[in-house]
Amino acid sequence: MNNNSQSILIKREILIRLVEAFDSGDFGKNTADIPFKMRPKNCDVPYRCCIYKEREIIKDRIIADLGFAIEDIDESERLEEFTENALKREKTEENPLTVIDAACKGCVPSRVYVTDLCQGCVARACEKTCKFGAITIAGGKSNIDSSKCKNCGMCINACPYNAIVRLIVPCEAVCPVGAISKGENGTAVIDFEKCISCGRCVAACPFGAVNEKSQIIDVLQAIKNGKQVIAMFAPAIAGQFPGSIFQLKSAMLKAGFNDVFEVAQGADITTRNESKELIERLKENKPFMTTSCCAGYNNLVKKHLTELKPYVSDTKTPLYYTAELVKEKYPTAITVFISPCVAKRKEVQENANIDYVLNADELGAIFVGRKIEILSMDDTGYSYESSKQGRNYGVTGGVADAVRFLAEEKVQVMPCIINGLNKDSIKQLRKYAKEGICPEGNLVEVMCCEGGCIGGNSTISNQKTAKKIINSLLEKSEDIKKED
Amino acid sequence: MKNIEVKICSGTTCFVMGSSYLNELFDLIPQKYGENVHVKPVLCLNECSKSDTHSKAPYVKVDNEIVSNATIEKVMDAIEKKVKQDEQ
Repeated sequence: MNNNSQSILIKREILIRLVEAFDSGDFGKNTADIPFKMRPKNCDVPYRCCIYKEREIIKDRIIADLGFAIEDIDESERLEEFTENALKREKTEENPLTVIDAACKGCVPSRVYVTDLCQGCVARACEKTCKFGAITIAGGKSNIDSSKCKNCGMCINACPYNAIVRLIVPCEAVCPVGAISKGENGTAVIDFEKCISCGRCVAACPFGAVNEKSQIIDVLQAIKNGKQVIAMFAPAIAGQFPGSIFQLKSAMLKAGFNDVFEVAQGADITTRNESKELIERLKENKPFMTTSCCAGYNNLVKKHLTELKPYVSDTKTPLYYTAELVKEKYPTAITVFISPCVAKRKEVQENANIDYVLNADELGAIFVGRKIEILSMDDTGYSYESSKQGRNYGVTGGVADAVRFLAEEKVQVMPCIINGLNKDSIKQLRKYAKEGICPEGNLVEVMCCEGGCIGGNSTISNQKTAKKIINSLLEKSEDIKKED
Repeated sequence: MKNIEVKICSGTTCFVMGSSYLNELFDLIPQKYGENVHVKPVLCLNECSKSDTHSKAPYVKVDNEIVSNATIEKVMDAIEKKVKQDEQ
């Protein structure tokens, strides 16, 4: 996902200011001042109709960053009250996303539309090609009867003037499971029964109307209260910051964490278990197995593709194993997962060993707010040296490569890589389950985001940079040991 | 043509505000200008620490001129302007 649009950068700026407000000694007042600092009196109004609306939307984003759902709030409450309630809260909210109604444009409904470029030509290709009789020519122009139109798009291809276009609603268009649509007042509403928390709508909305409910305040508060707070970062996070993971660890310790673990450590356990499982399953003549570490994919199987469940590996995720190890070492600590995407929130809620999730950009905001220069940091080592394969889990193909590396001596492994969930790849997976065969291979790696976790919705780096940083780490890492 | 120096800030603030999306400049600039324009990453240009200005990151320095809210297009424009000035 391209996470460099202006709306995403505004969200990041708000997070940075929120961290600064938290550290300022007067959290409430300085938080309430953020909309006025970002849009001071007489400033230009860059995006919305007026300065008041801009400030109001910034206020709503702050409320979401404080961890509340915009759908449920009392709008008359002041930001100070939200900050107080955020500090008092013991439990975070269930659903990770919220739609900021005021920021949602309420795009025109998705449909096929004849533009003014229509010449009312003699060919009448549009009328002829429409199988549903939805097109008539009236007033020298093609007209579409929306009650008959099935949105097939045949007329779009037929028009010799390219005068017919498909209007799309960006959030609806990218949602792979049809979980976001227009509510009664025309703005977007998320159906959390269907939502797999993939975060595509967050990255796709050009108005930045879908916001995550952050847990940043919960983490900062735990650190401030002197609790033992341990960070575990996903393999993809290694590529999200300048410098090495050894400097990153020093930076995180400086930010207030008591210890830092690579989730690549747990990935090594996943690789070991999943390769054993693959060998067993193939020996039992099972046709194929899919990986199980992508949270968005696991949500998809649970909610929309239950028929695929028997083919999904029973091996736990790298995060699961890492959290288990951390809790063995620090039984009473607060554990925080540093994530490249929003989907992991669901997995974390179901795991008693993990308390909070911080996204890459939220961790970045803490670094900026606390003036931590990663490249100026010394190296700090890790108690366990993760393998090359484990450290490559966040890149598409990485999980399948790791499992193959350990399993290929015993069985022939043919990876089939599903690089990103969309309507087509979901259809493909459904077909594998229905027919009980995957013609492309016997180890199906599924990544919800294109490029793998380095393409997650809350990443900072562009993928090329992330890959480069991760590759330089891989060069210094050893292969996973073939025996335990 | 005089030499021009382009410095891309790799500090935390600039990185968090999207400087990795500027990395294409390391290929684009030599392609277009050859050896006359040097492009290099720097630890930090210290622009973000000046005041309440993290909202203007990422920063790039083209000779002595600071490009704020830097994009590939803005940086290439700044170089082009410098090249034309030098020619006059």
